[in-house]
Amino acid sequence: MKQEFSNKSLSLVFLISGLLSLSGCEKTNDLAVNGNDAEQAKSLVVYSSRNEHLIKPVFERYREISGVDIQYATDKAGVLIERLKAEGVNTPADVLITVDAGTLGYAAAQGIFQPLDSKFIRDVVPAHLRDENDFWTGLSLRARTIVYSTERVPPKALSTYAGLGDAQWHNKLCLRTSKKVYNQSLVAMLISEYGEPKAETIVQNWVKNLAIAPTSNDTKVMDAIINGQCDVGIVNTYYFGRLQLKQPDLPLALFWPNQKMAGSGVHINVAGAGILKHSKNAEAAKAFIEWLVTSEAQAIFAGVNQEYPIDPAAEITPSVSAWGQFKASPQSLSNAYKLQPAAVKLMDRVGYK
Amino acid sequence: MNRLSRLSGWHFLLLLIALPVLITLFSLVAAFFNPDLETLSHLVRYVLPDTLLNTLLLVLGVCIASGLLGTSLAWLTAICDFPLRGFFSWALFLPMAIPGYVMAFAFVGLFEFAGPVQSLIRDSGFSSGWFPNVNSYAGVTLVLTLVLYPYIYLLAKNAFQTQGKRSLEVGQSLGLSPRQSFFKVAVPMARPWIVGGLLLVGMETLADFGTVAVFNYDTLTTAIYKSWFSLYSTSAALQLAAVLVLVVAVVVALEKRTRREQRYAQARNLAMRPHKIKLRGWNRLAAVALCGLTFVLAFVLPLYQLLAWSLPEFSVELTAELWSYAKGSLSLATIAVFIVVSLALSMAFIARLHEGMFSYIAVRLSTLGYALPGTVLAVALYVPITYIDHQLQALGVAANTLQGTLVVMMLAYSVRFMAVAYSPLEANFLRVTSSVDLASRSMGISGIKMLYRVHMPMLKTGLLTAIVLVFVDVMKELPITLMTRPFGFNTLAVRVFELTSEGLWERAALPAIVIVLAGLMPVILLISRADAHSRAS
Repeated sequence: MKQEFSNKSLSLVFLISGLLSLSGCEKTNDLAVNGNDAEQAKSLVVYSSRNEHLIKPVFERYREISGVDIQYATDKAGVLIERLKAEGVNTPADVLITVDAGTLGYAAAQGIFQPLDSKFIRDVVPAHLRDENDFWTGLSLRARTIVYSTERVPPKALSTYAGLGDAQWHNKLCLRTSKKVYNQSLVAMLISEYGEPKAETIVQNWVKNLAIAPTSNDTKVMDAIINGQCDVGIVNTYYFGRLQLKQPDLPLALFWPNQKMAGSGVHINVAGAGILKHSKNAEAAKAFIEWLVTSEAQAIFAGVNQEYPIDPAAEITPSVSAWGQFKASPQSLSNAYKLQPAAVKLMDRVGYK
Repeated sequence: MNRLSRLSGWHFLLLLIALPVLITLFSLVAAFFNPDLETLSHLVRYVLPDTLLNTLLLVLGVCIASGLLGTSLAWLTAICDFPLRGFFSWALFLPMAIPGYVMAFAFVGLFEFAGPVQSLIRDSGFSSGWFPNVNSYAGVTLVLTLVLYPYIYLLAKNAFQTQGKRSLEVGQSLGLSPRQSFFKVAVPMARPWIVGGLLLVGMETLADFGTVAVFNYDTLTTAIYKSWFSLYSTSAALQLAAVLVLVVAVVVALEKRTRREQRYAQARNLAMRPHKIKLRGWNRLAAVALCGLTFVLAFVLPLYQLLAWSLPEFSVELTAELWSYAKGSLSLATIAVFIVVSLALSMAFIARLHEGMFSYIAVRLSTLGYALPGTVLAVALYVPITYIDHQLQALGVAANTLQGTLVVMMLAYSVRFMAVAYSPLEANFLRVTSSVDLASRSMGISGIKMLYRVHMPMLKTGLLTAIVLVFVDVMKELPITLMTRPFGFNTLAVRVFELTSEGLWERAALPAIVIVLAGLMPVILLISRADAHSRAS
């Protein structure tokens, strides 16, 4: 009796599993068929470290207007780059989209891109937001800036990123973890502006001023300011925008630092893309990236994530332009990746976790 | 000669099962030929001292806490009788279905300074300064314990349930109280199960990245990711991973050595189960309180937080796609269970038939993958596979025969989860005396037939445990799935990751709840069958 009973339960499990695996296989077969289509020009394969919900609306719109179907794999940038290196000539991918100039520069240094060679992109995208060797272009802009409590901080107390190391902010500063690439890029900018020794002192002073241990994300920095744990912090603009959408009466505001500093400005970074060296559809890939910098695509980027357009002539979404105008750092983003490991090591040395 | 050739057939099979792991480990070892001394010296000076200490403290803390919690809960629900025992018996396993980083985010969200609990304290006019800081060693240890204790719970329960009446009776006849017989008889006899569970918990803690990241608590795995993604040094990352695996291998080998001569077979057959010990008075209350508190902390609270988050965004995420993600997760988990559990079963069987150095090493190597951070494992396996693909192509086979197929994904899963499937099976095999094998051979039943007709029925609980553990682990798995899935193929875990990495916790909550629910259905089915099975006998 016992034997029969448990056999029955096992076979039930097997049956359910079998059905499920069949449906799984069906799915894989469908995909295999699509995969073959990818070899015709009517289809492109994109590897992206931008998450699905941020890129899918763009891909869908492009299919509507051009008929080109876009398949994609999302993963962390570092993994996608290793994957592309391993796949070599056999890679199914045509385009890599990723976030952060440092990461784009690293990808270019790994030799996985081919030149974009597009007059259209050169005309639309300012030179410092593109690779100097033409391996990638920025697609959208985000600023990493100071956020402060409107209840406790007069904006005139603020000036520069370096100023957040002043004694007046002792126990009043909140920062996100140094493991996030956005902070690594910011410190890389400090290194290129001030030189490494001075940058190290600045970051050391930040660490001394920390009110709470570095947080796991930007939103937590703003939560901590709202709740009075600290008064100032550094965040990406779109995280502020997101919180503002949910709570329009936020007791926070953005401050644009480094405005009076010659050759400097607000730290900006890009999401960008390049054509892969082993793409079998390089022309179609180029057409796609060109479309991504047109105002139509830029409006979608801005709409899903409140980012700034890469084209200085393009219109900024009203909710974003409401944060005010600022002078961005004119530094070329091409070499960010060379300074990034130095920035990481610097932050390790001063104990910025 | 005859003996040698017969052995080599089995051994070849064993080698074949261990091959994906060997390939992965080879990638790690190969990194030593190309050392990045600059990055390594920086890590040794500024990063490793802290992270190694952190890692040691975390592994110790989580192992001790989940060992104590898992074993006591298992003892209570398997051997004792108290109100709601039947419910707790399966409910206490449920927290395992919650991915660690989701639990972490729910906990931090609830208990941090800006969270609802501390805000409520402040709004009632009190200071919340006394409230323990959730972003701390204690916080991360607690959360990992709450997600990982179920491994030990399930394995230890399996041990207690199969221990048989005789051993406890012998203890009682020697004048041991129930408490004494727990420490002097039951726990020592359950050692392979408990230690097997502890090893799984320790390895999972070592390999964890998502949970510690929520607390910004730096471990060796954090240092591996830092070397790779921030310092752009793949070789330093792989070398650190190799060191991590080596340490685990040594610990495992030492443990096996200390119990080499011991035997754990039961004296009488499985049907002889002890009567449940009826708890009374304070003991009864304490048992209910411990089970209840664990269940509330590890399951009710995080689920409550997820529900609270998901409500405002319910309609955004409740789409037809959610169903396709669930289908993706369930079908992957099912296929993986078949493959991984059958491989583990074959391995355990071969290792039993042919004890010896070769089998020992093959088995130990095959179960190391669980200690590897998932992303490292995925890449360390993928790179050699693309190499094989390139070689096949040179031989005239079509391009991309392997990459982008389910084969690669399943190979990677089997490297990752072999330990999870193998632990319960290995422990259960110890319960089967060698005289059973002798008797079965004398009746002309040997080889595969013996496995199927003699061992399998005796391994049922171990098999069910392995199935449940692998199933739930695959449901939660992220890095391998992310890297090796076909285009457009999504799972719930992938969806949760995509949203949470952008900080969209409210939207991630619904797919996270579905992971828990979808992971639960087969779990409840299997566990209630296992319980019915144990009651029926």
